[in-house]
Amino acid sequence: MNSRATEILVGVFMLIFFAAMLVLALRVSNLTGLGSGAGYSLNASFDNVGGLKSGAPVSASGVRVGQVSSIVYDADRFSAHVTMSVNEEFVGAFPEDTTASIYTAGLLGEQYVGLEAGAEDIMLGDGDEVTLTQSALVLERLIGQVLFSRSGAE
Amino acid sequence: MSTAHATGIPAAPDVRPGDAPVLVRVRDLHFSRGRKAIFQGLDLDVPRGRITTILGPSGTGKTTLLKMIGGQLKPSSGHIEVDGQNVSTLGRGPLYALRKRMGMLFQSGALLTDLSVFDNVAFPLREHTDLPESLISHLVLMRLHAVGLRGARDLYPAELSGGMARRAALARALVFDPMMIMYDEPFTGQDPISMGVLLELIRTVNSALGLTSLIVSHDLAEALSISDHVVIISEGVVVETGSPAELRASPSEWTQQFLNGRPDGPVPFQLPASDYEAELLGTRTGKGGSR
Amino acid sequence: MIDRIAGFGRFWLDALERFGRSQLFLARMLGALPSLVPRFGLLVRQLHANGVMTLSIILVSGLFVGMVLALQAYNLLQGFGAEAALGQAVALTLVRELGPVITGLLFAGRAGSAMTAEIGLMKATEQLSGLEMMAVDPFRRVYAPRLFAGFLALPMLAAMFSAVGVMGGYLVGVEVLGVDAGAYWSNMQGSVAFVDDVLKGLLKALVFGLVVSWIAIFEGADCVPTSEGVSAATTRTVVYSSLSVLGLDFLLTAVMF
Repeated sequence: MNSRATEILVGVFMLIFFAAMLVLALRVSNLTGLGSGAGYSLNASFDNVGGLKSGAPVSASGVRVGQVSSIVYDADRFSAHVTMSVNEEFVGAFPEDTTASIYTAGLLGEQYVGLEAGAEDIMLGDGDEVTLTQSALVLERLIGQVLFSRSGAE
Repeated sequence: MSTAHATGIPAAPDVRPGDAPVLVRVRDLHFSRGRKAIFQGLDLDVPRGRITTILGPSGTGKTTLLKMIGGQLKPSSGHIEVDGQNVSTLGRGPLYALRKRMGMLFQSGALLTDLSVFDNVAFPLREHTDLPESLISHLVLMRLHAVGLRGARDLYPAELSGGMARRAALARALVFDPMMIMYDEPFTGQDPISMGVLLELIRTVNSALGLTSLIVSHDLAEALSISDHVVIISEGVVVETGSPAELRASPSEWTQQFLNGRPDGPVPFQLPASDYEAELLGTRTGKGGSR
Repeated sequence: MIDRIAGFGRFWLDALERFGRSQLFLARMLGALPSLVPRFGLLVRQLHANGVMTLSIILVSGLFVGMVLALQAYNLLQGFGAEAALGQAVALTLVRELGPVITGLLFAGRAGSAMTAEIGLMKATEQLSGLEMMAVDPFRRVYAPRLFAGFLALPMLAAMFSAVGVMGGYLVGVEVLGVDAGAYWSNMQGSVAFVDDVLKGLLKALVFGLVVSWIAIFEGADCVPTSEGVSAATTRTVVYSSLSVLGLDFLLTAVMF
């Protein structure tokens, strides 16, 4: 086997490897969001984020407009502080009384943040806080509510 | 010169005055593999510039001795000196430097199977020097021509006959103009023509380049025909040394049996066993009982 | 009876001695790695022998494993009405587990055994002795390039395996079983983290590459230089490598995930 053919084949091998890595990075995992340019960030506090993960989609009217960039526990406010990264094209699209809620996509699907615009004139800017939030549905609480309401009705 | 006397046991060799200086000196060598003792106090001198052959029955560790001279194995005790340096105490750097001055021809040639003959002979040059390819090519072609294989330069080891492989390996061993070449069983399994070629090469190479040649073999006739100095090893010690003529005239019965290939003598034909008649009759009695 | 116990003890002592020898061997190989830098050609040749040659079996296996995974996962998820999560199930299984492990096993069987046989044969035909007598260190010329090539090749092959597997899962899941294509990819993208899942899986493959190559090279270099010796060594390579891959997988998964 001459060395030129060997080297060419190894080069092809490396190319296939890079292609595979691209597939894994972009199509399989969530690296896509990172490349989507500047955009701006919004903050929100939730009592309970449920199963929301970093990188989860942020949607408005069902359309993906950004993603969750970080989730940390805020010890001062005893709640979860979520930072969302919203795409550039939606700068200034959300009014101050926008509601951020945590929904679940499908029965066993992942959780995401849904934004519902309000009616105010002033829009949210970079780093602003979404004050109206709705936490994720926690099953135990739900059951508790149902039992409570039923016993109350009796 | 052996000094066998009434006891019939030859004494250790001594260097006669006027001899060529000694290149390899082995003193009181002990070595065992597992529980088997291979050398038990071996003393040996390899004179510079001559062809020395080490003879002995198979399995006496002749190849092991070559490996120890090359530093691949370490003795249990005793020492081996090559050109004044104690081989077993050398660090890796000095050992490798010494090995570059020694060439070794393995029984099967030990050519690298993924390289052509040319590349095999060029290998040591490419590994150890920064010489330009044109110069390397010259050196390689010269060596190949010396062994008669210039026409086989592009063949691969798998395509060579045993004799050709050995010649190629010899060309490779010669590439750095070493001071000594060791041959491990070079005559085994060769047809008469290849044998003749090899003998001629060893002889020519030794005299033309002023080398010291150390051959390990049990092919008597061939070895004796070209050697200047012969050492016979048996049971882990040197049994007899001298020139071929001296050996042929040796009074030792063992040496005579060995040199002439007699089936019986000090090394008996029948291995030690129990009494023949007793064993036969004993068997028959056992069978007779079933009648 | 005493003989049996003595034999048993001797067996374990020998095994311990061998293991210790293999450690020293590894240390020497690692020490020889820096000398590889100027001799890139050696590394390239070994990458070809180990990486490129194993490529076809990896790609084909990856495809089939991905397809089977899709089938099985679909069956399972149907019970929960969660077919949409198929992409995520296939991808996570491949990237975290099956990619590195199956690639490790296939590599051990194909490239590992080839390395052992090649080196064992070099030992039996005295080529290794020859190298030593030519003042060439076999660690630098023969062993270290193979170790490094295996170390690099396995994660690369594992990445390819996972990528092809995901495609295979798509083929079966979306084209054949009717899972929604968008759901397949978006669910997957939402749950597979590049650093946490993909890179950790490749890290596993890196460890496997080191261990499998080490075992393969050592067994070859340490074998009895006869044809039975070489074939026994080749068998040992495949068995020990496979067991190591599976054992290490458990350890690494427990630590990393």
